[in-house]
Amino acid sequence: MPDLGLDVLWKGSNFLRILSGLWVALRISLFAVAFSIPLGMLMGVLMTKKNRVIGAALRVYLEFIRIMPQLVLLFLVYFGTTRSFGWNLSGELASVVVFTLWGTAEMGDLVRGALISIPGHQYESGEVLGLSRAQTYWYIIIPQTLRRLIPLSINLITRMIKTTTLVLMIGVVEVLKTAQQIIEANRMSSPNAAFGVYLVVFLLYFFACWPISLLARYLERKWG
Amino acid sequence: MKYLPVYEKAALLTLRIGWLGIALAILIGAVCACIRYYRVPVLRRIVGFYIELSRNTPLLVQLFFIYYGLPKIGIQTNAEICGAVGLAFLGGSYMAETFRSGLESVDSIQRESAVSLGMNPYQVMRYVVIPQAASMSVPAFIANIIFLLKETSVFSAISLMDLMFTAKDLIGLYYKTTESLFLLVVFYLIILLPVSILGSVLERRLRYAGFGA
Repeated sequence: MPDLGLDVLWKGSNFLRILSGLWVALRISLFAVAFSIPLGMLMGVLMTKKNRVIGAALRVYLEFIRIMPQLVLLFLVYFGTTRSFGWNLSGELASVVVFTLWGTAEMGDLVRGALISIPGHQYESGEVLGLSRAQTYWYIIIPQTLRRLIPLSINLITRMIKTTTLVLMIGVVEVLKTAQQIIEANRMSSPNAAFGVYLVVFLLYFFACWPISLLARYLERKWG
Repeated sequence: MKYLPVYEKAALLTLRIGWLGIALAILIGAVCACIRYYRVPVLRRIVGFYIELSRNTPLLVQLFFIYYGLPKIGIQTNAEICGAVGLAFLGGSYMAETFRSGLESVDSIQRESAVSLGMNPYQVMRYVVIPQAASMSVPAFIANIIFLLKETSVFSAISLMDLMFTAKDLIGLYYKTTESLFLLVVFYLIILLPVSILGSVLERRLRYAGFGA
């Protein structure tokens, strides 16, 4: 059995450091999710309204965010806006901003999709039964929309968690960066640390995202 | 503007590794989808495990493991191959899911009818199932390709000289942040917009194909 360099993890507080790195990544995605769900709902509702100007503007926003790699967006905000507008952004704040922009676009599209999947007769039937507009939305449209929306937005959360690894590239110290530091620090005493430590990071991400994916699939089947 | 050739070279590298990775991913995806579709025992479990593993971990972590981790147990490769293999590992599972849902969208009555018309299993696949399945999975297929091309941006982390790496380099060397980032965006648009437009055109045309279903 070759030396896999797993022993490094149990030295000092290395494992705790990796976990706190994971927490940094999770925190960024939690903040971004918390902001992008309400904003995305607003965007989705606005996209179903028949206002040409708002519709076109949101469409361009959505397409641009969708087509740009998230890493490019991170660079644009972290290096680009700070240079152009002269403000200071910490890496973590820049990441929350970027992931919120991205999450809002994706969420907006999901909300729009869920809203237009409700057939028009649902609105009309509500009206015929004498419900007010607010009542139609509250009792008929929103419950049906949520059922289609929730599994998809849970999937978005796992995508968000996976994408937060990119913040490493703008200098946020998260799991991978911590792993790199640990490997560097133990270069002499255990040269094979890269295998063990990256394997553990790999598995940590898997066990962070897998249960969430399973939940999404379960809800999709139950409500689908 | 004198940096244009540098970007061009980087874009070509991104495209080369990107397409190599995507081609491998399609291959892996097709094999995995067939295994799951025909419910091959044992292999089916392995494929299921692989799909869960690769869908629930980020590409960057996979790349780090392949590029820095594997050489420690004696699997030596260079950065380009690592990039392509990483992309194929990630993309294979997405492609597999896309193909499988396409195959499963074909109603079993279609297969039964084909068999009762005297077609052999190969003919059933070739003339009945695959044409219908393909038209169902094209939108998701194109979306996967765009997703994978976008994911190539993380290659700079394993020191491949791709577009991101070039931009970061130029920012560091000359401090021309705005220009470098502008060119970066332009080049990604050049790569990705055509695929995206092709995707929406195909989707619109295939909507007619699926009309009778």
